[in-house]
Amino acid sequence: MTASSPRLRFKTRLLAAIVICSNVLGNFSLSRGMRSGGAGNPFLAAVLNPWVALGVSLLILWMLSRMTLLSWADLTYVLPVTAFGYVLTALMGRLFLGEHVSPGRWTGIALIVAGVVLVGNTPIRTTRPGERRSA
Amino acid sequence: MKWLLVATIVGATTCGELLQTYGMKRHGEIHDFRPGPLGRAFGRVARNPFVAASVLFMAVSFFAFLALLKVADLSFAVPATAATYVLETVLARFLLKERVGRRRWAGALLVACGVPLIAL
Repeated sequence: MTASSPRLRFKTRLLAAIVICSNVLGNFSLSRGMRSGGAGNPFLAAVLNPWVALGVSLLILWMLSRMTLLSWADLTYVLPVTAFGYVLTALMGRLFLGEHVSPGRWTGIALIVAGVVLVGNTPIRTTRPGERRSA
Repeated sequence: MKWLLVATIVGATTCGELLQTYGMKRHGEIHDFRPGPLGRAFGRVARNPFVAASVLFMAVSFFAFLALLKVADLSFAVPATAATYVLETVLARFLLKERVGRRRWAGALLVACGVPLIAL
């Protein structure tokens, strides 16, 4: 098993942060836009809504950054680490929307954080790189 | 109906993410983050059949999730679909040959238990 270089760790953490934030903020904007629907055609109203447009753009960024991260990192690394987005969503709900966080939710947050810390310290890549590199 | 949708979501998400990981690994690590080379890299990725198939599966999963939200609460939908964490870890181990040590298993299980709790 190869140790991850500091540069790879930095690149991976930076990209994981982009993946997490674009997902959380994208879903947040999308749900905000979908709730503020006015009268008339709901589809047209959604397409013209700036929050929906921002949400969709952020979710495209999410998809592309996640694909980039998967170009070198293991799926079994990316999946648990990006689950931190659930924690961020819950905390944003509490901080910005004044939502109540129940003891059960706090337990969920603690479990996910523990999972992220555990997996975050494993090697980023465990498969052999570059078996077929196109020029 | 509810469980059929859950099965569709779990199946499609798992297939989509495994295909996407496989496709991106075949493409190789993206090194150059300047706009030009990055754009060209995504151009190549878009023509990668594994990545294209993965996008299709994820679209199926997305629409099935929307359909599920019409017939069930979010507090049912999120925990039910958290099964993907365990399934994908198992399949990544055997199909993608990723090395899943004790820490990763523990982490995946913690997340799979934590996600339903947060959604309640």
